[in-house]
Amino acid sequence: MIEISGLHKYFGTLHVLRGIDLTVQKGEVLSVIGASGSGKSTLLYCINGLEPIQKGRVVVDGTDVHAKQTDLNTLRQRMGMVFQQWNSFPHLTALENVALAPRIVKKKSQSEAREIAKRQLEHVGLGDKLKAYPSALSGGQQQRLAIARALAMDPQYMLFDEATSALDPELVGEVLDTMRILAEEGMTMICVTHEMGFARDVSDRVAYFHDGLLEEIGPPEQIFGAAESEQTRKFLAKVR
Amino acid sequence: MFDYNFHWRPVIRSLPELLEASLVTLQVATLSMVIGIVVGLGLSVIRLRLRGPLYWLATAWVELARNTPALFQLFFFGFGLGAFGWHLTPYMIVLVGLSFNNAGYLSENFRGGFQAVPDTQMRAARSLGMNLWQTYTRILVPQVLRIVYYPMTNQLVWAVLMSSLGMLVGFRELSGETQFFASRTYRIFEYFAVTAVIYYVMVKFILLASRLLATRLFRY
Repeated sequence: MIEISGLHKYFGTLHVLRGIDLTVQKGEVLSVIGASGSGKSTLLYCINGLEPIQKGRVVVDGTDVHAKQTDLNTLRQRMGMVFQQWNSFPHLTALENVALAPRIVKKKSQSEAREIAKRQLEHVGLGDKLKAYPSALSGGQQQRLAIARALAMDPQYMLFDEATSALDPELVGEVLDTMRILAEEGMTMICVTHEMGFARDVSDRVAYFHDGLLEEIGPPEQIFGAAESEQTRKFLAKVR
Repeated sequence: MFDYNFHWRPVIRSLPELLEASLVTLQVATLSMVIGIVVGLGLSVIRLRLRGPLYWLATAWVELARNTPALFQLFFFGFGLGAFGWHLTPYMIVLVGLSFNNAGYLSENFRGGFQAVPDTQMRAARSLGMNLWQTYTRILVPQVLRIVYYPMTNQLVWAVLMSSLGMLVGFRELSGETQFFASRTYRIFEYFAVTAVIYYVMVKFILLASRLLATRLFRY
């Protein structure tokens, strides 16, 4: 379970998150929507401790992410993250990209790590690209590689930071399909996304962020059908 | 000048010694590069990530190494330290001096290299639970070394040529050896002409080898 309470985040004087309270249950798929600059991506970075916070608490399975004594490197193994810019490691093959962290972070043996990597790459449909370097893969394939890399750590949670917004339109589908499969398998997911179709069809709840605040949260039918907030309705009218 | 008689025979006779000395040159240059790369990486990371005394120390190092004559740097490690009663062997003077110089120049290359790797690589690595050391050694440095590979090759060539300054602190590398024979036989022009050819061949060999190595190392 991820529990966020009273979260404030500043970049210098810029107040990006202005008091967020949000709980994500095990097995839940939460989509986070909102305009650029509303703080959605920053929220993800605060959840896995890539960004420090100024006020409030983020608690993952009972561990306070931002407490001094928390070992972030251990905690992060529980949370896979997929980025907008897919960030595959260009100097490693697909197999090495995925096998590296299990081997050096989880201390698996070389052969075990490769076995895991192979399985995860097959899972995302890259079973025939094990030896390919990222430069030889399309954007969609690189993003699926990034998903496999995160999954190889056997995480409890997956954080998706606009995983499809840097992709060519014809490649978006394959990545969304992969995310859909994950959701069906019961993975707990927080997806910052601009894909309204995905948010509506796949998520259990949808959160609309506006100006650093959680404006409205509820099941997709509520947000897309009968939003309570005027702001939410205005935003959705614009993106549809 | 048309009446000068070339005498190549003494040079030919001491060719084995010259070739042996060129191995010493290669060795000290290569070793100083290895040290320079390791220390240079350290300096560049310090300058990119830290503030305070370590930052100033690293900056002073880079400033001195890059902006003073290499010869003065060798003199410092030779006669400078000697004045304080710390006597290095000629070999050590050249090794330490070249390493000092290499580290300074290379650290600036590395700094540019680190800045050319997107920040997101660091984030991706950290998000997988890698610690800072793993992130640097497994993700960032391999990419940096590729980016600065050719400038690094230049520095190695420079180190080979610069090691000739060793002759001025009494080190019998290729130039020192040449000087030794030249002054004994007075065939100064002949000796240094042949030595120049040896340097040329050595450098060409290094460039060729590094190009071959690159195609093996960088398959992406």
